[in-house]
Amino acid sequence: MFGIQHHVLRLLFMVAVILGWEFLARFFEVPAFILPTPSAIAVALVRGVQSGLYISNAWVTLAETFLGFLLGVFLALSLGTVVALSRRTEFYLYPFIVMFQSMPKVALAPIVVIWFGLGMTSKVVSAALVAFFPLMVNTIAGLRSTDPDRLSLMKSLNASPLQIFTMLQLPNALPYIMAGIEVAMIFSLIGAIVAEFVGAEAGLGMLIQSMNLSLDVAGQFSILIILSFFGLGFSVILRLLKKKMLFWDASSRSEKKGGEVA
Amino acid sequence: MTAKAAIRVHGLTKCYGVGSGALVALSDIGFSVGEGEFTVFVGPSGCGKSTLLKILVGLDRATAGTAEIQGEAITGPRRDTGVVFQSPVLFPWRTVLDNVLLPIDVLRLDRKQHLATARELLSMAGLSSFERHYPWQLSGGMQQRVGIVRALVHDPKLLLMDEPFGALDALTRENMNMELQRIWMEHRKTVIFITHSITEAVLLADRVLVMTPRPGRIVRDIRIDIPRPRDLSVANTPLFGEYVREVRELLNATGAID
Ligand SMILES: Nc1ncnc2c1ncn2[C@@H]1O[C@H](COP(=O)(O)OP(=O)(O)O)[C@@H](O)[C@H]1O
Ligand SMILES: [Mg+2]
Repeated sequence: MFGIQHHVLRLLFMVAVILGWEFLARFFEVPAFILPTPSAIAVALVRGVQSGLYISNAWVTLAETFLGFLLGVFLALSLGTVVALSRRTEFYLYPFIVMFQSMPKVALAPIVVIWFGLGMTSKVVSAALVAFFPLMVNTIAGLRSTDPDRLSLMKSLNASPLQIFTMLQLPNALPYIMAGIEVAMIFSLIGAIVAEFVGAEAGLGMLIQSMNLSLDVAGQFSILIILSFFGLGFSVILRLLKKKMLFWDASSRSEKKGGEVA
Repeated sequence: MTAKAAIRVHGLTKCYGVGSGALVALSDIGFSVGEGEFTVFVGPSGCGKSTLLKILVGLDRATAGTAEIQGEAITGPRRDTGVVFQSPVLFPWRTVLDNVLLPIDVLRLDRKQHLATARELLSMAGLSSFERHYPWQLSGGMQQRVGIVRALVHDPKLLLMDEPFGALDALTRENMNMELQRIWMEHRKTVIFITHSITEAVLLADRVLVMTPRPGRIVRDIRIDIPRPRDLSVANTPLFGEYVREVRELLNATGAID
């Protein structure tokens, strides 16, 4: 839609904002523990990466996020499937689902840390808890959205419930499931970081927390940059996956199926 | 032609709901269809045509009466039946060829063995160069042809079609009628074809069964004695006009409009 000159202008605008920030922070002598200059943030980033401190802690956070994501996805897909296919299960679980839906899941992090300790386990559990819900909701919605005519077709061929599930309901639910997975990926990072805030031995969230105590705001900003790159990486991976798996879904091009709030 | 009855229906009644709110969708339906016969049910919307077809497919049960296929009471969907719906009902994640092979997959038949049949049918329907395409890359008429080919791929004895061309424009519809006749003359399946178009009914049928609504019942059984293959120009012949007029008068007399 926009030509090359607009992309150049956008880049210049970004550079101007950063330079303006640098200039104003220096000119008004804003203390570094309130708003550090971009150059100070860059220095902190380079130093942190070179010393290996950021890398080792980033691996911890990434591992927690990934394991929590896997656990959350596994639970969400299985429970979502059971609820979608069995009215009875849905009936009995419904009150819990409603209660859990309106609860901010990150608020569970302190309890989770008490239960599972300061190590990685509590972060994995917290990440899974936060990632779980939006995906389960989407799995249910996706499995329920099966077109009745397609169902009649399968039944007219005497298809077994398992065949109906694997050949029709599951592929039909994929656009919803992928949208849920997209949300779950970002949410599991949030869940892991918040649990690290509460109490951890390692991880980028733990680093942010300890830098906060020593008023190292430039350091915190530099870690925020790393975390946004994580988020960016996740969405790139998912965009590729969706392109490959959902090429047939007209609506997946216009992102309309979304999750909820962390 | 009617050596042996492929379908025999007697005293068939279908009610939806119970008590005072019950709706009688079909009332005392009786007919029988010979092997290889092309039978068309014509009637206005809501007269119970789809209900009758669902019972024949085995997806729904009659409230009273009997329905038999090949001398066996219908207890559920049968392997020797192919169904075509009003919309193509294709799976967008499967290619055209894979959509056609869906019954083979579901019935756990050998894919390799039926690949040739599938290709042959696709080529007969003019879809050979589209087997690697996806349904959403085809026009509505082509999609509906895929739906018909799919219903034929496991070589069913009986083909049940519920307003298969109802969603198509008039020109495409006429072409599809001609193709269906050609396919039928080649394969000689027993066909039950449902429509609310009088001309489509007369054009295609060996027999037209005229239905009226509330409660749905068969008011006339008309044998269409127009030689085959029929082309679109038969619609201009006096004999064709005579049949059309007869059906229309029956529908008008009962307050049903085409
Ligand atoms: N599952 C159902 N429950 C209640 N009423 C139904 C159901 N299916 C069809 N009907 C009613 O039965 C009548 C016949 O429907 P249908 O067989 O679809 O007619 P047609 O296909 O001729 O248009 C209609 O009045 C319709 O509203
Ligand atoms: Mg109908």
